[in-house]
Amino acid sequence: MSAREAILSALRRSALAPVPLPEFPEGLRFADPVTQFLEAVASVGGSGVRVGDGAALEARLAALPVWAQASKTLSLVAGVGRSTLDLGAIADPHGLEGLEVAVLAGELAVAENGAVWVPGRNLGPHRAVFVIAEHLVLVVRAADVVSNMQEAYGRIEIERPGYGLFISGPSKTADIEQALVVGAHGARSCTVFVLG
Amino acid sequence: MNQFHPEQAAAFARDEAHAHWHDTALWFVRVKRDRAAASVPEWERLRDTASALKAHTLSRLAEYLEEFERNARQNGITVHWARDGAEHNRIVSEILAQRGVTRLVKSKSMLTEECGLNPYLEARGVEVVDTDLGERIVQLAAEPPSHIVMPAIHRKKEEIGALFHDKLGTAQGLSDPKVLTEAARQHLRKKFLGAQAGLTGVNFAIAETGGIVVVTNEGNADMGTSLPPLHIASMGVEKVIPRARDLGIFLRLLARSATGQPVSSYTTHFHGPMAGGELHVVVVDNGRSDILAREAFRRSLSCIRCGACLNTCPVYRRSGGYSYSYLIPGPIGSVLGPQRDAAAHASLPFASSLCGSCSDVCPVKIDLHHEILVLREEIRAKDILPLGKRVGMKMTGFVLSRPALYRAAGRLVRWVLRGAPPLARLGPGGAWARQREFPVPPEKTFRELWKSSGEERKG
Repeated sequence: MSAREAILSALRRSALAPVPLPEFPEGLRFADPVTQFLEAVASVGGSGVRVGDGAALEARLAALPVWAQASKTLSLVAGVGRSTLDLGAIADPHGLEGLEVAVLAGELAVAENGAVWVPGRNLGPHRAVFVIAEHLVLVVRAADVVSNMQEAYGRIEIERPGYGLFISGPSKTADIEQALVVGAHGARSCTVFVLG
Repeated sequence: MNQFHPEQAAAFARDEAHAHWHDTALWFVRVKRDRAAASVPEWERLRDTASALKAHTLSRLAEYLEEFERNARQNGITVHWARDGAEHNRIVSEILAQRGVTRLVKSKSMLTEECGLNPYLEARGVEVVDTDLGERIVQLAAEPPSHIVMPAIHRKKEEIGALFHDKLGTAQGLSDPKVLTEAARQHLRKKFLGAQAGLTGVNFAIAETGGIVVVTNEGNADMGTSLPPLHIASMGVEKVIPRARDLGIFLRLLARSATGQPVSSYTTHFHGPMAGGELHVVVVDNGRSDILAREAFRRSLSCIRCGACLNTCPVYRRSGGYSYSYLIPGPIGSVLGPQRDAAAHASLPFASSLCGSCSDVCPVKIDLHHEILVLREEIRAKDILPLGKRVGMKMTGFVLSRPALYRAAGRLVRWVLRGAPPLARLGPGGAWARQREFPVPPEKTFRELWKSSGEERKG
């Protein structure tokens, strides 16, 4: 018998009585999800900024010290910032090492926890871009801010085959004496612009 | 590892300042968890729902695993099956060997600890680098993790500074967590860039969509799976969930229960390999189907490994992870360990006050304290209790079932406490007393008080 058959038949031997799927409770809703989202981003060590339009976004990005000082940047959001890195010349994700700021588009944002859903198609040819960059800038539309994770999964379309992730603030660790340190392996900062 | 919990705990408690720090640090995490839970009005209903989702999934686990496999294959994921740890290690080793991989980066996976993967691969010439900061610290110190979420919680920052100086060549005397974390970042960045493959655990596997979800705060799993073209993910059979929308429930509970965060920094959904790469998922049984067959313990398979039961446990906080003989310490480990090997882990179900705090904080509502109690009965029935406990329980039973003897014993104890308290600390029977101040014995017993008040009432 193959391992697969052995395991499945061992599990079936328990022959448990069926248990129905539960109904889900109503998730917490916020009267003003955008304001709540901006607060949540701050609470997870990031920085949330609401901007009225593309011009305001451009101005706030230009004023961001990590952006202003960076020489290696990459923007995968049409019309936002600029790329000094030629993505076409990078055949292998290792070539992204040294990237200072990446600008990526989120598809959805969650008010209860500051998370932004970034589908794989928004990452360009290399998944590594969001984690290898020293600093991360995410852009999401105000209309795409939902209250909670239950709502989020109601709207997300899973790419199949594909990839996607929630990013909530910068990379962090508390593995040494429970002291919170930002910038463990991934982005040292995470700025989220909420547009509109 | 055949250790006796009380002895290991006594060794841990000897460094009083450090033991107190450990207790306080973990209680702080518990308080953060409480704050996070209180911020969600539907928290208790979320726990009920998560518990019911797990119970439903367990009731048709084989079907969901088949559905997961079918959909994962459609996504271009290769699915392997391993009956036990040895088979798991062999599969992983073969995948690596066939591709000539000798440098592997790993993110946290308690399953690979359970299987003993690292030493197996190292013996076959593979450099295995644990990349979670806490895991890297214990790996450099050649120790197992002492907590499932915070592997190096037992280590002081000065010790970590000395360890890094020794192993990574950092300056002597460093102790600032920021500086130490930065040193680890630089060291591990090189390892990530040089790795030929990445291995991760699996937090959730989605049957309906054929994908896996991996959660980290550091981004180490993401770094390790997006640079090298080969990703291997190891999962226990119990990690499968029916649908993606179920994550809306589990993810609202997981990080809040673990660290008090509203969600972890990175929650990554893999529904296929990276461009030009490979993704292999190894589905492991290793005793889980036996647990599923045992009604009293089935619910322990619902565990999502948040660590909340460790943080709240008064015994874990005061005795540290290494006092537990099983690799998963705390209440959940005391349930899982003895099922794997009752004799080797016979002392674990007794390393509990049965206060029930673990069951109260568990996000999937595992009846931990009750399972611990049932295990005590099993261990007694198997006659593998330590001699002291066996004789002690017999004597206690003998005395308690004879009222006259019980009253005489009470008089004796009061006399000893008044006259010579140190006597009560002697011998194996005095273990409980050695850590404690004695109360002053009352002048009259409850029985005497009751009698005299009865006379007054009649009076």
